[in-house]
Amino acid sequence: MIEGALWRKWVFYNIPLILFVFVLLFPFYWMIITTFRPDGELYRPWNAVNYMPFWTNNPTLEHIKYLFEETNFGRWMMNTMFIATISTLISLFCGVLAGYALARLNFPYAGSLGTVIFVTYLVPQTLLFIPLAQIIRNFELGDTPWSLILTYPTFLIPFCTWLMMGYFKAIPKELEECARIDGASRWKAMVYIIIPVAVPGILSSGIIAFTLSWNEFIYALVFLSSPDQKTVPVGVTSELIRGDVFFWGPLMAGALLGSIPVAIVYSFFVEHYVSGLTGSVKG
Amino acid sequence: MAVTAVAGVGARPTPRLRRLEDERWLAMALLFPTALLLGLFIAYPFIEGVLLSLTSQRVGIPGKWVGLDNFVKVWNDSIFRTSVWNTFWYTAVTTVFKLALGLWLALLLNRHFRGKAIVRAFILLPFIIPTVLSTFAWKWMFDPTFSVINWALFHMGIITQRINWLGDPDLAMTSIIVVNIWRGVPFFAISLLAGLQTISPELNEAAAIDGARPWKRFWYVTWPLLLPVTMVVMLFSVIQTFADFQLVYVMTGGGPANATHLFATYAYQIGIGTGLLSEGAAISLAMFPFLFLIVVVQLLYIRRVETR
Amino acid sequence: MAEVTLSKLNKFFDTTHVVKDVDLQIRDKEFMVFVGPSGCGKTTTLRMIAGLEAVSSGDIRIEDNLVNEVPPMDRDIAMVFQNYALYPHMSVASNMAFGLKMRKFPRDQIEERIKRAATILGIENLLARKPRQLSGGQRQRVALGRAIVRDPKVFLFDEPLSNLDAKLRVQMRVELKKLHERLAVTSIYVTHDQVEAMTLGDRVVVMKDGWVQQVGEPLELYNQPANRFVAGFIGSPAMNFAEVTLADQGGKVVAEAQGLRIVLPDELAARARTKMNGAGTPATLGIRPEDLHVAGAADSADHCFDVNVEVVEQLGSEILLDSRVGSALMVASIDPAVKVRAHDKLRLALKPERLHLFDPQTEMAY
Repeated sequence: MIEGALWRKWVFYNIPLILFVFVLLFPFYWMIITTFRPDGELYRPWNAVNYMPFWTNNPTLEHIKYLFEETNFGRWMMNTMFIATISTLISLFCGVLAGYALARLNFPYAGSLGTVIFVTYLVPQTLLFIPLAQIIRNFELGDTPWSLILTYPTFLIPFCTWLMMGYFKAIPKELEECARIDGASRWKAMVYIIIPVAVPGILSSGIIAFTLSWNEFIYALVFLSSPDQKTVPVGVTSELIRGDVFFWGPLMAGALLGSIPVAIVYSFFVEHYVSGLTGSVKG
Repeated sequence: MAVTAVAGVGARPTPRLRRLEDERWLAMALLFPTALLLGLFIAYPFIEGVLLSLTSQRVGIPGKWVGLDNFVKVWNDSIFRTSVWNTFWYTAVTTVFKLALGLWLALLLNRHFRGKAIVRAFILLPFIIPTVLSTFAWKWMFDPTFSVINWALFHMGIITQRINWLGDPDLAMTSIIVVNIWRGVPFFAISLLAGLQTISPELNEAAAIDGARPWKRFWYVTWPLLLPVTMVVMLFSVIQTFADFQLVYVMTGGGPANATHLFATYAYQIGIGTGLLSEGAAISLAMFPFLFLIVVVQLLYIRRVETR
Repeated sequence: MAEVTLSKLNKFFDTTHVVKDVDLQIRDKEFMVFVGPSGCGKTTTLRMIAGLEAVSSGDIRIEDNLVNEVPPMDRDIAMVFQNYALYPHMSVASNMAFGLKMRKFPRDQIEERIKRAATILGIENLLARKPRQLSGGQRQRVALGRAIVRDPKVFLFDEPLSNLDAKLRVQMRVELKKLHERLAVTSIYVTHDQVEAMTLGDRVVVMKDGWVQQVGEPLELYNQPANRFVAGFIGSPAMNFAEVTLADQGGKVVAEAQGLRIVLPDELAARARTKMNGAGTPATLGIRPEDLHVAGAADSADHCFDVNVEVVEQLGSEILLDSRVGSALMVASIDPAVKVRAHDKLRLALKPERLHLFDPQTEMAY
């Protein structure tokens, strides 16, 4: 399309876009700069003459050191990694199988089951956390990683199933018909033909499921109590605030480091992430 | 080709595997793990939650049947009423802004320019970074004493006095709304961008040749075609926002003076914080009819839009 | 030795009856083509033979074994699909090997078979490629190769050429024919293209609305169509039809319509007489465009009629005339050397021995 004069392009496109990017990314910049700023520079009031928002003269690693030496931060990272990985794998396993059944098999009530999955997809965690906490206690899973590994799939499986249904539906049915004529059972046709073809979809679901579990907060907050069992979001919230005192340096360092695994996974699979995200709203 | 007989039909699978050739058996087998987990950790807690809300259970004290007392009590609780109002206000305002800004950003991105892929990748960061962690960055930016926002506004000459962002009930709610919009805009933008990219440019070109101005082209061509995607994105966003917890929990914890509670944060404060399990469960469950209504209305609307 | 026998085969989708009482014996090594318009039940019949659709009632036998309940993997058949259905994540060689691997063939035998099939089809240099790196014609060959390596009892083809462009389609048609001669395996081929049916089939089944209309060798269908549908479906351009009345005039049977008076030849007249009751029996007269020509001195007035030319389609090898006799439309294929223009009046003659008559009610041939 013809966009007209250069100044129009700047006024209508470039400047608004730059503003959007600036606002969307500034908090991360603030997180980074705070992480490396010594306390002396950090705690200068907003109207102080020497308030320096955009640079730091004495970069320091003391906040990160504090995080690892004075708190269980390393442990939280390991916990979160473990919980997110296992619950993602469980959800992928269930979601791929269920998505395959709902998208490609004819059986009674297939349509209504699909709707049930979609509705559970919409159930927020905050609706059920109190009764779920009791159930977790009754199963004697409280304060263990398994309380989260088993409950995260409740919101991950519907998501994975829904996304995989979309991917499976897009694969021509002749592929598995051909495989079945070639001598494969339905099961083998699924395992050797359809699932390998759906790998991009599985990758997308997996990455998004991983970021969702890393992000989860309320279940982790309610089900876990000992400091060494916590996940990053809960640990940062509960251990770096003492009463009214916020340890902003370590807090921001924790926020930064706690974001890094997600950011790494995301940066490697941006395209898969975006296609999964947009696939999930295609309905 | 005389070797046919070598493998021929081959070894026959066992009867159990043979049963999986029947679509119905296979479907049941494939759905079993999902049904088990969802039944155990969604359906069962839901029933438990309903039962719990009808008793008077507290931490360590088994309750007895009290019927709808919890709901009556909650209804007469002024903090609960504030939370209901807050939840609706929070959901409505953020959704309008997320949609408007998200659509604007999507339109800005729906062109060819250098570095588009990188811009798109960075723009999604607020959405993928764990909410609690990024909200702490905002809380720090809104800090009453060390606020970088106050610094910026002061140096732009807009303010002379400090603004106590999270200390004043109205300002606190506004701050929370700002953070939610910040977090939600990327999701809207990227989803709507994907929707925009499925609209054939030829349609816009045809409309342009027919003499439609850009604004008319958007209104009569782009927007109607974008509507189905928009509705689904709204559905997800509205439900997530309505049931939000983390953002308010980190920013204000429901304060100052319980002025910024949502359903979920108040349920947490009563159920877990104070230990009134049954009452907390009742507050959580009070969300259910609203959520149900939102889902039904939106799904019906989406169906109407899609079959039009 | 693989015969395929269908007896009283029926298929219902919910309440829709899509295949109706099909009785058919496909002989060993025969190339049988199912042809008909879309929705006629030909593909469903093929899919029932493959085992991809359950049989509603009736029997399917392959080599005298009842296979109604046998899953596709155990029927020892191979199928080529319209969209080729190549496994996109596997190389050409792995695509061809898949069926053999599923049947646990030893590795050296798999390789040998792939090599042989690739040589037959001329795709040796493509074996390492992925399907997306292939052109349409190459994909088609790989799909054929995947069927060939299996050395199955029966080949099934579901409109395998319809995704190819016109030129390639003709070329592949010839190759398919050669391939069948070479391999001599019972083949069942579904198409909506009557040219493919005529050129490929040893025998052809014409289907419509789930019913088998006629089974026969291609020329049999062309020369003696069993009913009006087959007459109109087989042959291109399609047969002309005119609604006429039959009358006995001085010992001869005459077919009359507005602007048309044809004296039937004796043999057809004899058959027509059995259906006639008094004067003015209605009937449908059929004549193929290629059996019409511009009338000359040698043509008897009994077999001529005048037409108004409406459109002239010069094809080089022939001229197609769209012309009108009374209310009937007549397409004639005439000598390209004839000078003729639209709106001309012209006298056409027909070959009386090539006339067809159909019952207007039952549409069956006399």
